Amino acid sequence: MRNLIDIQDLSTTEIEELIGVAEDIIENPKKYAEACHGKKLATLFFEPSTRTRLSFEAAMYELGGNVLSVTDALSSSAAKGESVADTAKTVSCYADIIAMRHPKEGAPLVASLNASIPVINAGDGGHNHPTQTLADILTIHREKGHFEGLTVGFCGDLKFGRTVHSLISALSRYAGIHIVLISPAELKLPSYIKKDVLQKNGIPYEQTTDLLAVMPELDILYMTRVQKERFFNEEDYLRLRDSYILTPDKLKTAKADLSILHPLPRVNEIAVAIDDDPRAVYFKQVKNGKYMRMALILKLLEVVL
Amino acid sequence: MNIDSIKNGIVIDHITAGRGMEIYRLLHLDELDCPVALIKNVQSRKMGKKDIIKVDADLHFDMTILGYVDPDVTVNVIRDGNLVEKKRIELPTRLVDVIRCKNPRCITTTEQELPHIFKLTNPEQRVYRCLYCETKAE
Repeated sequence: MRNLIDIQDLSTTEIEELIGVAEDIIENPKKYAEACHGKKLATLFFEPSTRTRLSFEAAMYELGGNVLSVTDALSSSAAKGESVADTAKTVSCYADIIAMRHPKEGAPLVASLNASIPVINAGDGGHNHPTQTLADILTIHREKGHFEGLTVGFCGDLKFGRTVHSLISALSRYAGIHIVLISPAELKLPSYIKKDVLQKNGIPYEQTTDLLAVMPELDILYMTRVQKERFFNEEDYLRLRDSYILTPDKLKTAKADLSILHPLPRVNEIAVAIDDDPRAVYFKQVKNGKYMRMALILKLLEVVL
Repeated sequence: MNIDSIKNGIVIDHITAGRGMEIYRLLHLDELDCPVALIKNVQSRKMGKKDIIKVDADLHFDMTILGYVDPDVTVNVIRDGNLVEKKRIELPTRLVDVIRCKNPRCITTTEQELPHIFKLTNPEQRVYRCLYCETKAE
């Protein structure tokens, strides 16, 4: 039985397979409409989330399956003190696959060690968010057709941004990738990711606080939100919230074929005026996330069509 | 100072001076009822000063933890008063309930029954990371 806890749980070949299935789903949705008939996905969300949960649920419904949902930790057994391990064992009796979001880092791993069904990490604190990475990867693949040789800029909260950590980890396995890290000093990428991922894989990278200076060289600009829930201190959050706001003016020097990604939700870090720019692909990215989650559910449930 | 030589047991030698008590605690040597000697600040040609632990009993316990606490220690196994084996301790690939994760966001902070597991991620720099949240051990 397989789980997806960290994007590194999937080889590049497996990611390519998922991309292939997702693209086939996009082309031939009817072929998959009953693929998970009789199967149940349990979405266990112990932290507020709308889009990721809806994406998982939409994915399962479009595969003809059903969904059991825990959306509010306050009303769940966790509020009574049940452990993640016990929750995983219990839900294994009801469902065929689990998607779990939890504010505590490592909770989905604990669930996977105790469940008798596959567990998908739908985000654990500031740690990992591998299915967002799958959405990002499909988006880059569909926009660029390849990963090799791309210059990818990450902008905003690179310290707590789990989507950033997971995507850097995934991209570091492709040749010729060049990473540009754009953030205020307080929200820089953690040094262990620089050492253990970028330096270990020989990925060239640069760090800057100046988005405009690096804009012309970027093929991909991955914007992130400074997330209030990652801060213990409201003052720090308010001070850093508006560090980088992307406006049409700032895009003047950007490549004509730049792709702007964002894991969403955005607050104000991308001006609404940019939504109409063909380089803004963040809403396509949302849709791609659903297709990749469909492909992943099929893989983990070992559905053969 | 004279400490009797041991007949069957182990001598943990070349302990960095001052770490003997930590090793004594981690190996739960206080729970043994056989003779145990912790000798501190012994003169050493190689190390200047060192600590030594002697345990006069034929023990079998997991000594990989020594590799984490003090990688240069040697463990001498004594049988019938003779040195029969000199073990160099390697870095353990996994530590269970030896150190605790300091990350306040880690699942181990709220689920008390979970074992605190760390895995060796960089042997050259002796870096251990929490199995659950990947925070580096301090």
